[in-house]
Amino acid sequence: MIYLAAEHFVRAPEWLWYILFYFFFAGIAGGSYVIGTLLRLSGDARDEAAARVAFLIAGPATLLCPLLLTADLGVSWIRFWHMLVNVTPGDTSLNFKYWSPMSVGVWALLVFGFFAFISFVDAWISQRRGAPFVPLLLNRAFNVVGAVLGLFIASYTGVLLSVSNQPVWSDTWALGGLFLASGLSGAAALVAWLIRNRPEASFSLGRVHQADGYFSTLELALVIAFFITIGAAGTLAREVPWLPLWAIAIVGLAASLVEARGHMRAMTSGSSGSVAGIRVDTLVVSVLVLLGVLALRAAVIFSAQ
Amino acid sequence: MATQIKAGESYGFFTDTSVCIGCKACEVACKEWNQLQGNEATFLADSFDNTGQLDAQNWRHVKFVEHVPDQSATAGNGTAWLMMSDVCKHCNQASCMEVCPTGAIIRTEFNTVFIQQDVCNGCRNCISACPYGVIGMNPQTGTAHKCTLCYDRLQGGLEPACAKACPTQSIQFGPLSELQQAADVRLATLHSQGVTQAQLYGRDETVYGGLNAFFLLMDTPETYGLPSAPNAKLPSRNNLGGYAGAVLTAALAVVGGLIAFRRRVTG
Repeated sequence: MIYLAAEHFVRAPEWLWYILFYFFFAGIAGGSYVIGTLLRLSGDARDEAAARVAFLIAGPATLLCPLLLTADLGVSWIRFWHMLVNVTPGDTSLNFKYWSPMSVGVWALLVFGFFAFISFVDAWISQRRGAPFVPLLLNRAFNVVGAVLGLFIASYTGVLLSVSNQPVWSDTWALGGLFLASGLSGAAALVAWLIRNRPEASFSLGRVHQADGYFSTLELALVIAFFITIGAAGTLAREVPWLPLWAIAIVGLAASLVEARGHMRAMTSGSSGSVAGIRVDTLVVSVLVLLGVLALRAAVIFSAQ
Repeated sequence: MATQIKAGESYGFFTDTSVCIGCKACEVACKEWNQLQGNEATFLADSFDNTGQLDAQNWRHVKFVEHVPDQSATAGNGTAWLMMSDVCKHCNQASCMEVCPTGAIIRTEFNTVFIQQDVCNGCRNCISACPYGVIGMNPQTGTAHKCTLCYDRLQGGLEPACAKACPTQSIQFGPLSELQQAADVRLATLHSQGVTQAQLYGRDETVYGGLNAFFLLMDTPETYGLPSAPNAKLPSRNNLGGYAGAVLTAALAVVGGLIAFRRRVTG
């Protein structure tokens, strides 16, 4: 896609802290659900404990999303449902505009919320009982549909920013993919963090780190694509004040890649580091990755406003 | 311009910046009729402009563009100080209307763009989309506000307050077809007088399908803070690229995840 040197005479929508944290939790929620589904699809029963943890993350993270979106509406918060229903007198109907990512996203969040809630309850009960609550075959099919929605939830926020006339946001095609890769990486880091002390999930720890490495590689490629596209559009200078945030994002990326490389080497050689050592690594890496996920979104959101 | 206002016909503004004197009568009339309290008074040190921008409290804004040349302009052809009464353009292809998720932004029976205050929920997607920076949030109501093209006055058969108050007829109101003809005549007159830099903005469909509030400018659109025709694009142009990038990333990420989780570890 070729972009003209952009001219922007717009006002900022002042999407600030609530939206930043919404984007963060949408990435974590969608990413966790996808990771849980992929772990379950691996077919190895030893991954089930980690898969449950992923679904236990996705549920509450999804619950936070509409709360943050509603809070962002300010004094009009009680009209949050106007996103779903057009209350124009004489023209009352459901609202759905496939060309408006915000409209599609609201519906996707509603439907994904159903999947995330069911999978959360299933994981919670399964964990207490020690056996699956929903038959596994049915659950897998359910999870696959939920994961497709999860991929959308984690990515559409970037597309929403692009579908505007704001500087930076509308000057690149990379934000949807970037937010998705970053959300998956953050979710993998959070799953790794929470399973690091669970013996029943220890089998999955290195594999989750390895997956995080792949997600981070994608994220790195998309960060480069992002800077190239906004550079071509002439809005690169807007990122300069936010370089400290980009530095945090890059540190998170690097930590994820180094950790993944370490685990892949250990798996290849058949050895493993000391359990205590891996736990410390996982904790530090997870914190760095999650801070990076937040910083990346903050840099993108604030640089346009 | 006396005119009989009928539902079903397109109405708008033709703002001729060549005769704007920067008196701000339009700003005052707009505020009075629409009961806009205005922002807190500030000194912007920006020419004669202390309004600053269009927003929830300023639905008309007289821009002052200081454009002083190195040599004196000839008598009658001065463009050293450009003035323009800016307003919502009521675009035929309106970016704000395109992205609004609630259906609050509608096209009226006068083919103008109107934000229904009882439907808007303050999501601000329209603000991120409007390429002219027209729309602002009212913190008291929690809703987006902009020029209504005096919808209530039109329904009562009255012309908008700003056009009524303009002492130089820089702001002309009327049926769009009549305004377009008047603009063509005015442009031809200026060109015949050697004012070749004069140009119409939004008169034809090259800018957002045509603007109901269009302008005669004395310099390039960018000089007045208006996107040029090649840059006047709807937000939806980025749907395809944005979603394609996301789908490709999703496919690669799923493959990566499957590779990571399929790998077996023993021992």
